[in-house]
Amino acid sequence: MAVVEATSELLRFATAGSVDDGKSTLIGRLLFDSKQVLSDQMAHVEEVSERRGDGYVNLALLTDGLRAERAQGITIDVAYRYFQTPRRKFIIADTPGHEQYTRNMVTGASTADLSLMLLDARTGVVEQSKRHAFIASLLRIPHVVACVNKMDLVDFGEGVFDRIAADFTEFAAPLDIENLTFIPISALDGDNVVDGSARMPWYEGPTLLDHLEQVQIARDLDRHDARFPVQWVIRPHPSLNPDYRGYAGRMGGGAFRVGDEVVVLPSGVSTRIAGIDGPEGELETAFAPMSVTVRLEDDLDVSRGDMICTALDPPEAVRDLTADVCWMTSAPLRPGGRYAVKHTTRTARAIVGDVLHKVDVHTLEPGPADHLALNDIGRVRLRTSAPLVADPYARNRTTGSFILIDEATNDTVGAGMVTDLGAR
Amino acid sequence: MISSTPLDSSTQPTLSHLRALEAEAIHVFREVAADLERPVLLFSGGKDSIVLLRLAEKAFRPGGFPFPIMHVDTGHNFPEVIEFRDRRVEELGERLIVASVQESIDRGRVVEEKGPRASRNRLQTVTLLDAITEGNFDAAFGGARRDEERARAKERIFSFRDDFGQWDPKVQRPELWSLYNGRIRRGEHVRVFPLSNWTELDVWQYIDEEGLEVPHIYFAHDREVFQRDGMLYATSPNIQMIEGEEPFTASVRYRTVGDMSCTGGVRSDAATLGEVVAEIAATRITERGETRADDRVTEAAMEDRKREGYF
Repeated sequence: MAVVEATSELLRFATAGSVDDGKSTLIGRLLFDSKQVLSDQMAHVEEVSERRGDGYVNLALLTDGLRAERAQGITIDVAYRYFQTPRRKFIIADTPGHEQYTRNMVTGASTADLSLMLLDARTGVVEQSKRHAFIASLLRIPHVVACVNKMDLVDFGEGVFDRIAADFTEFAAPLDIENLTFIPISALDGDNVVDGSARMPWYEGPTLLDHLEQVQIARDLDRHDARFPVQWVIRPHPSLNPDYRGYAGRMGGGAFRVGDEVVVLPSGVSTRIAGIDGPEGELETAFAPMSVTVRLEDDLDVSRGDMICTALDPPEAVRDLTADVCWMTSAPLRPGGRYAVKHTTRTARAIVGDVLHKVDVHTLEPGPADHLALNDIGRVRLRTSAPLVADPYARNRTTGSFILIDEATNDTVGAGMVTDLGAR
Repeated sequence: MISSTPLDSSTQPTLSHLRALEAEAIHVFREVAADLERPVLLFSGGKDSIVLLRLAEKAFRPGGFPFPIMHVDTGHNFPEVIEFRDRRVEELGERLIVASVQESIDRGRVVEEKGPRASRNRLQTVTLLDAITEGNFDAAFGGARRDEERARAKERIFSFRDDFGQWDPKVQRPELWSLYNGRIRRGEHVRVFPLSNWTELDVWQYIDEEGLEVPHIYFAHDREVFQRDGMLYATSPNIQMIEGEEPFTASVRYRTVGDMSCTGGVRSDAATLGEVVAEIAATRITERGETRADDRVTEAAMEDRKREGYF
């Protein structure tokens, strides 16, 4: 196992798939070939595989940990796995792929920089792959890697690979996918997973691991995008440090530099950044996703839920908004429904206005609807009890996202992505 | 480390993986402090909770911690660890609560296991839940990581516990973006795991980078041990040896710090932080598999204990 360099980056990726498409085998292969499966884990998997009579070393047992999952041979939740190479540390959010697990896929996708999809070389683009691509695009995952798997079963044919890549590219054209990459692999044999493939000399691109190590994840940081939701006010005991007043939070976009002109929203008061305290001491600049403490030049009334933003191009504070919502509970969302909404560090109440449409999970076309049921994704209008300082999700995944909470059960029931601000 | 390149719209500064994990954990600490009324930080004296304390400093300094620190003391802890605990808390100037398994036994809340394989590990759950109830705590920070164990791989960063302290893996709240739902009713609580996405190697690299002190038992030292089930246990008045078990002296270090009755040492010559990091990077066996008897009982031992309210 290679030691991660202190300067290596973190890449979070999401996978979705079902039992038979080779996803577990692929993850097992990535972990195994990059020497991340340790001997006691492997011994355990071998022992349980044999006891269950699987007839092969079932690498899915590495990820399926709960009693119910093992008993039923299914994945019911998001499992997080970790591996590393000298260049990067990887966090995999591994989710089941069927329609009834849409909410798990959305959850796994919400924090991902990259989506890893599997296409079976024999069947090509199927309904499930379209749904996964749609979710990746809805959640604005910038990179999608489509692995055409089981190339060993189609004689490693270049034509098969090219046709599937063309089909997928055509289907994905209207979706918002920044960077789409295709890799022909055999997860079972390891071709193009960690090591290249002598059996596909026509393929000149990177192996999957090369791609995961090299894909550009750092974002251009624009100071016009600087967003800082205030989490917590730091005021030491007056006898120790009477003048200190810092606003603690995590950069939700862009970058701040000491001296920048900022505006506190929703109040709209302007001031300047007097200082930035980072985890390792004072900083000249802070950028997303750093957790820092910001000091302001003026003594203002700023508290949790407020947002300190660049004065160059601040977001809007609105009480009416339109959003795409993934519904996550069995009691449907209907017009007139009331929920708690958590958006950045602010919690308010929201009333559902109209349900504008619902996306058909088979055709991915929007169609008329008057409610959203469990695992539905649709567009709704909301009105909130207090202003939310928001951007469209397409512009900022932090200031454009929210969750809805049922105040009777305290459950998280919806995931929202802002599409439009203001009443319309 | 933070890139030192000047900032303009064409540069792409990035955080190292350790600093990205640190930023996420600090965010979690502050969300809990703001959204819950009475949090508490569970501290064992082990490496993970040492990292937790450092992250809490980074989240709240120059202010004080908005919560006390609590140690569940089995009474069978390594003396070096207890000494370290007291010194560290003193340095921080924060409050320490000690919840004692011995007191739970004396009060009849739990019954001590008997025999050479007796352990107070499982009894801790009752002591912990009693202390959470008595302190009226609604959130408890723990140092658990998802890479430790299969059931933990599916646990949320904010992990809901009902009024019996139970975890139900099938009805966990979806956890999206970094929007945590800490809403609970009276009597319920959340366990919060800021190190969820850290691996054992990340923890050691962070300790190394931050220059954190850890108890000496993490470094190779000569100790009188005996072998049981392939593991090396320290001889102690709290563990009876079974016939055929012979004490001998070996150079060992500990990968986890738990109750002496269920925590084994590993043969090692790693005497410095750098050597420990190198050893962990090269290891071929997980930390719980190598040193924790409590996870060896059944295939889903951790899931079962977590359901009851274990750490």
